[in-house]
Amino acid sequence: MITIGDPLARVDGPAKVTGEAKFSAEYSIPGLVYASLVMSTIPSGHVQFRTAAAERAPGVVAVLTPANAMRLPAPEKRLTLLQDDRVYYQNQPIALVVAETLEQAHYAASLVEPRYEAAPAKLDFLAEFPQSYPGQHNGEPGDQSWGDVEGGLRSAAVRVEQTYTTPVEHHNPMEPHATVAHWEGDHLRIYDATQHITGVQEDAAKLFAIPKENVHVTCLFTGGGFGCKGQVWSHVMLAALAAKQVKRPVKLALERPQMFGPVGARPRTHQQVTLGATREGKLTAIRHVVHTNTSLLEDYMESAAFPTRVMYACPNISTTSRLVQLNFGTPTYMRAPGVATGTYAIEVAMDELAYELKMDPLQLRLANYAETDPHSGEPFTGKHLRECYAKGAAQFGWSKRNHEPRSMRAGHELIGWGMATETYPGKNLPASALVRFQPDGRVLVASGTQEIGTGNYTVMTEVAASILRVPVSQIDARLGDSNLPEAPISAGSMSTASITPAVKAACEQARQKLIALAAGDSRSPLHGAPADRIELQDGKLVWTGETSKSEPFSTLLQRNGNRPVEAMASTKPQLDPKTPCHSFGAIFAEVRVDADLGTTRVKRVVAVYDVGRIINQRTARSQFIGGIVWGISLALLEDTHVDWRYGRIVNHDLEKYHLPVNADIPDLQVSALDIPDYKLDTLGARGVGEIGITGTGAAIANAVFHATGKRIRDVPITPDKLL
Amino acid sequence: MNPFQYERARDAAGAVQSVSPRSKFLAGGTNLIDLMKNGVEKPEVLIDVNRVALASIDSQPDGGVRLGALARNSDTANHPLVRQRYPLLSQAILSGASPQLRNLATNGGNLLQRTRCPYFMDPGFTQCNKRTPGSGCGALEGFNRLHAILGASPQCIAVHPSDMCVALAALDAKIRVQGKSGERIIAMAAFHRLPGDKPEIDTNLDPGELIVSIDLPPSPYAAHSHYLKVRDRASYEFALVSVAAALELDGGTIRSARIALGGVAHKPWRAEAAEKLLAGAKPAPDLFQKAGEAAVAGATPYRDNGFKVEMAKRAVARALANAGGVA
Amino acid sequence: MPQDFARNASITRRECVAVLGAAAGSIAVPQAASAAAPADTAGTHSVAVSLRVNGAAHSLQLDPRVTLLDLLREQLGLTGTKKGCDHGQCGACTVLANGRRINSCLSLAVVHDGHEITTVEGLAHGKNLDAIQAAFIDHDGFQCGYCTPGQICSAVALLSEARHGDASYVTADLSRTGPADLTDDEIRERMSGNICRCGAYPGIVAAVKEAQADWSSASRSKGGQ
Repeated sequence: MITIGDPLARVDGPAKVTGEAKFSAEYSIPGLVYASLVMSTIPSGHVQFRTAAAERAPGVVAVLTPANAMRLPAPEKRLTLLQDDRVYYQNQPIALVVAETLEQAHYAASLVEPRYEAAPAKLDFLAEFPQSYPGQHNGEPGDQSWGDVEGGLRSAAVRVEQTYTTPVEHHNPMEPHATVAHWEGDHLRIYDATQHITGVQEDAAKLFAIPKENVHVTCLFTGGGFGCKGQVWSHVMLAALAAKQVKRPVKLALERPQMFGPVGARPRTHQQVTLGATREGKLTAIRHVVHTNTSLLEDYMESAAFPTRVMYACPNISTTSRLVQLNFGTPTYMRAPGVATGTYAIEVAMDELAYELKMDPLQLRLANYAETDPHSGEPFTGKHLRECYAKGAAQFGWSKRNHEPRSMRAGHELIGWGMATETYPGKNLPASALVRFQPDGRVLVASGTQEIGTGNYTVMTEVAASILRVPVSQIDARLGDSNLPEAPISAGSMSTASITPAVKAACEQARQKLIALAAGDSRSPLHGAPADRIELQDGKLVWTGETSKSEPFSTLLQRNGNRPVEAMASTKPQLDPKTPCHSFGAIFAEVRVDADLGTTRVKRVVAVYDVGRIINQRTARSQFIGGIVWGISLALLEDTHVDWRYGRIVNHDLEKYHLPVNADIPDLQVSALDIPDYKLDTLGARGVGEIGITGTGAAIANAVFHATGKRIRDVPITPDKLL
Repeated sequence: MNPFQYERARDAAGAVQSVSPRSKFLAGGTNLIDLMKNGVEKPEVLIDVNRVALASIDSQPDGGVRLGALARNSDTANHPLVRQRYPLLSQAILSGASPQLRNLATNGGNLLQRTRCPYFMDPGFTQCNKRTPGSGCGALEGFNRLHAILGASPQCIAVHPSDMCVALAALDAKIRVQGKSGERIIAMAAFHRLPGDKPEIDTNLDPGELIVSIDLPPSPYAAHSHYLKVRDRASYEFALVSVAAALELDGGTIRSARIALGGVAHKPWRAEAAEKLLAGAKPAPDLFQKAGEAAVAGATPYRDNGFKVEMAKRAVARALANAGGVA
Repeated sequence: MPQDFARNASITRRECVAVLGAAAGSIAVPQAASAAAPADTAGTHSVAVSLRVNGAAHSLQLDPRVTLLDLLREQLGLTGTKKGCDHGQCGACTVLANGRRINSCLSLAVVHDGHEITTVEGLAHGKNLDAIQAAFIDHDGFQCGYCTPGQICSAVALLSEARHGDASYVTADLSRTGPADLTDDEIRERMSGNICRCGAYPGIVAAVKEAQADWSSASRSKGGQ
């Protein structure tokens, strides 16, 4: 039998390695037509169109522009939906062509002639700082301070004051966003690449002013999301709008360049960090001022100052966040929003402080270890970071490190070792799940969550199998359909901590019903057994202590009307949101920098995590690794190059927008302490999806400094910056 | 992609006869189809030459090797004759693109690769003299980290993207082409153009000419050559700077040297002054540094690509050291 | 047994009516394989093409603009091959054409007249996964699974290229012939044409290594007989 934590291989693995797994663009409906978007090529203004050539092109069904697109009952400014002629940013969807074939749609879209009336655009990030304004992130204010920061800095023996920047990054999941939409009367069917089927359902219902039940959303597999598929974007509703207008099912798959602007990005950050410390390395004050860009369509705030509030014991902390409005695609949540960028800045600053103090960077962290929440003084739900530091340092061989920069070399290569602290909040959301014992001997476990690569089919199967003590091979996990019990967005490292308590509760309730049925069935060998003496073992109901008295649950159900026994459970967060709940980790990295050519390659990484209980060792490991790969990418590769004269992205493709390739990634040694945190949820898991990227950028930047003596404060650290 | 008429050519003569200003030859397609999808190339007729028998790789009586224009890049790089006699070329080809792309891409197509300049590849930028003559150069005062430091003009600062061609330049390859009036040979050095005031023309190929082979002369450089590619990520990326370096060593002396650079100019850039400086000298790190300096003499960087001057200098020195075994 | 994910949507609909009282709606049908060209290709000259995909012969009349990738996905119902960038920049569309790995997004379907195409759907042996497919599962060489078909097709070709003695940019000695020595760095370089945004690269390297070891031991034992 399987136990929670076992490295069960992905139950959807065979579907994924054979091509059987069906992604959203892969559904066809009889009569399907193809849509292709026309994108803006100015950053601000108004647009009208000449469409005659496009309309004449072979196969064209419709050319939709603001002039003829249907008026939506409840349009939303955040989404550009052909409801007006405004252009807010480059690469905004401004028109749409529907044609019989994909080739015809693409070609006809190229024939649509936009006529722009350009307006002044806000494109100078730094120049707009005086107009910046405060913001919030998920309801948390962007500004929070305590103690006397100025006093703390005045009394400091050592100060570090630096500015760190991170560029606009684009999520670029390998699966481009795609929607297939189809109307039957006032019922809307949507197949969408999403991290949140319920969100799509609710937004569609609102925009088209139809009941939520009239919208049926399916997404069995999401080809990666990392935040950009968490919200509904223009193309989803444009597909639905087009389908309504042409009265045929419409498929709209974004082209890769169309994923640079209309579907969110991690905004640029400009972070001023000031640290004050005693000669012994005790922090006396931290000041963290963050400016990030947002759009004219909505305010999204990258919460880069937030991790500073929880990382180190310090009596005087001030965190400030300012939004800078630009005529540029709207930013959104991207893997470890705020924390990936914020930990980069604060953890490089800590490294700089360690060098000011001539102190080992790990010792500096230990000297400022936060035993309790630095602001409230409340204890964490569970924090074992000290063990992470110790285990990681030992595994890496950190004690052998020479503190001096440029102290290690092999031929042309300068060798550097760096480390950083990692952190991510532990949170969860309401969720529901259904568990059904079927007369055919199978168990259905279902929840309207999503599989974005984190392994939800597997985790749901593993939790159900281990709780019910039914073989994995008898369990069918179902998700990704809005007709299933509602579950939250797959984001914020919250899925496991949200879904598994609901699955657990549904399992327990369904099992109670099954047991009651058996005990009350005069034809069952378990008839008359006290409920607390009946248990499931290997798919059989067993009278404990009376081993001869047992029967498979399928036999029981077949005898009782051949009907299933099921339970649906809904669970809510059990933790007071004010209680400090955070995951932590420690990461150690070795880089090799070519002394002459400036190229940096990561040689090895050791990371140890305190993330509560691990539900599946195999899939959790993959998420840690994935997070670290993202951190390497943040440190060395990813950068959205913009020609700010026009606000147009120069590298809106996968050739010049650099994601790491296989050759960029070394062996990554990851492990978790696996100490359950039952305060957050009944399974004790805190989530593993995002912590891996946090701290990683800093550990690598710090290793580059150790290798070269050069402190690069604007990632990515590309060869030109090290020459 | 615009609609086009598709034709298959059976042989080179047929291909050359049927070509017109409205048509383009289609070989591997890795660049042409890409540009057609972007709306940068809009041929009305595609003449598929993939079935023309020009894919063989043969030893020549003079000890050289003839590379068929339609031999795939991967087959060329892995051909025993190339690996033995021109490892510099194998290395250069293998440093480029990905295995999948090298399986599609042909030698002739590689020679005709167009620049990866974003202002050229994205019609959303209105300025590009190469795409739309007379429209201006978007890169000149825009994002130009990837652009030329040598041989550029105010009309165009794009670079040639090929790795293979850098090695071919160092190896003094000859390009055999066939036109309606017969065959002719173009020296590699004269094959690609500098932009001047006609950046829309990449090469000295006449309209309608088909590349039939790349002829490599016998080479004294097989034992001491190196292709060095510097880029942001470890693989699957065009060069920031690349260097093909080859030395002919005679005892402790350099008899002759060949150096070509990629990623720095509108064409593979032969560093003849650096080669002269090396000839007759003894290999040594400071000599290689001087060669590096000579290779970038007269370089003109722009806003974002100043680093390329220093990087190219150091890359030349490193490539020579690797080639000469004096790392 | 793999679960039948293709049937998931309809199963959940029917089965959960009891739970939620769901409203009626249409159910998607799997994309049907069709040999017919798009109805309207006016403006282009359609071209006759015959090719075999995973052993099955197809004779088609095609708009010449159709790429091999779009032919597979939109017309033949073979959606296992993925579109990630459509410009040869990610490798998700990797298939084998006459046994060689290519980016099907940059290759027009009409060019492949007479060719044998193998996609991820054609790799398993009946109900048994190919060794490389099984190794990807064992080593968790994927997360979301979108790049996986391309990775696996690429890995299949990589193994055959290595047996054939093909070199890579990190091969130290190009004059050496015989099967390539697949070190970790060799595998990383040779798999670098397939981008995985989930970052499953370490698992991919381990999977290729295992498949290579299986092949080596299998060929050694054959050689010993």
